[in-house]
Amino acid sequence: MIEIGIGHYLTLGAVIFSIGIIGIFLNRKNIIVILMSIELILLAVNINLVSFSMYLGDLSGQVFTLFILTVAAAEAAIGLAIIVVYFRNSGTIRVEEIDKLKG
Amino acid sequence: MIAHAIFFYFFSVIAVVSAIMVTVSKNTVHSVFFLILDFISISCLFIMIGAEFLGMIMLIVYVGAVAVLFLFVVMMLNVAQQKSQWFVSNASSGHIPVGLLISVIIFFELIIVIGGWKYKPDLFNSEDLKISEDISNTHSLGQVLYTDYIHIFQISGMILLIAMIGAIVLTFRQREGVKKQSYLKQISRERNEGVEVLEVTSNKGVKIDD
Repeated sequence: MIEIGIGHYLTLGAVIFSIGIIGIFLNRKNIIVILMSIELILLAVNINLVSFSMYLGDLSGQVFTLFILTVAAAEAAIGLAIIVVYFRNSGTIRVEEIDKLKG
Repeated sequence: MIAHAIFFYFFSVIAVVSAIMVTVSKNTVHSVFFLILDFISISCLFIMIGAEFLGMIMLIVYVGAVAVLFLFVVMMLNVAQQKSQWFVSNASSGHIPVGLLISVIIFFELIIVIGGWKYKPDLFNSEDLKISEDISNTHSLGQVLYTDYIHIFQISGMILLIAMIGAIVLTFRQREGVKKQSYLKQISRERNEGVEVLEVTSNKGVKIDD
């Protein structure tokens, strides 16, 4: 318990990843919370990469974390732009009312 | 070692609790605030583990840019007042137990992977980019980022550019009925469409225009 190893960090990553998945599945509010859950999932991946990088003494994990950060920022920008356009056109972003595709 | 453990548990408990609050919070603005708290505590963990540059970049990029972007959109769309029916599903939708089941399965799969890593730690050893102790984290990242990973670095710059252009194009809206100055129209006017010479008869006046 006292000795903090890589297992603790990986468990933290797993917990946050699962919370992100739960957030995507159980969301009844609006799409913005789903985007935030995706950010949580990417954060969990980043935790895993950084902890492995530190554990193995290899820098490439941190480099890839940097690129994941870039992609996450781009994804958030595009997703929020799409949400703004959808809200302007249909007046709602509630998840249960978005059923144009009848999926 | 004790201090490390105390700090780890402190920050990770804050991170997990705020991650839960992101998903269950009724108000979307509160969700964004808990997301910011989550990012801050995780970046503290990164700094604690020795990846200082990534911790600071997380603070700048996530808290300074992404979370503020979320906040702007939430406030612009005025969805903060939307009352949510959390866990109150109509009878036809059975997605909540399925979602819980899938996330629990994923969680246990990840835990099993971690256990396998713990019992066989020499499964994978990497000698690619050794973290050296005498230079700082930022220094060593900069040394590989602009040499070995230059192509990926350039591609990520292109991704950001495309995301910026895409966001602008998506949200751009041509407004109707707004008077705009057109330089081309102004400088391409000719004399004969602007000025007219009329014969004015006395006591009659001139009919101007249309």
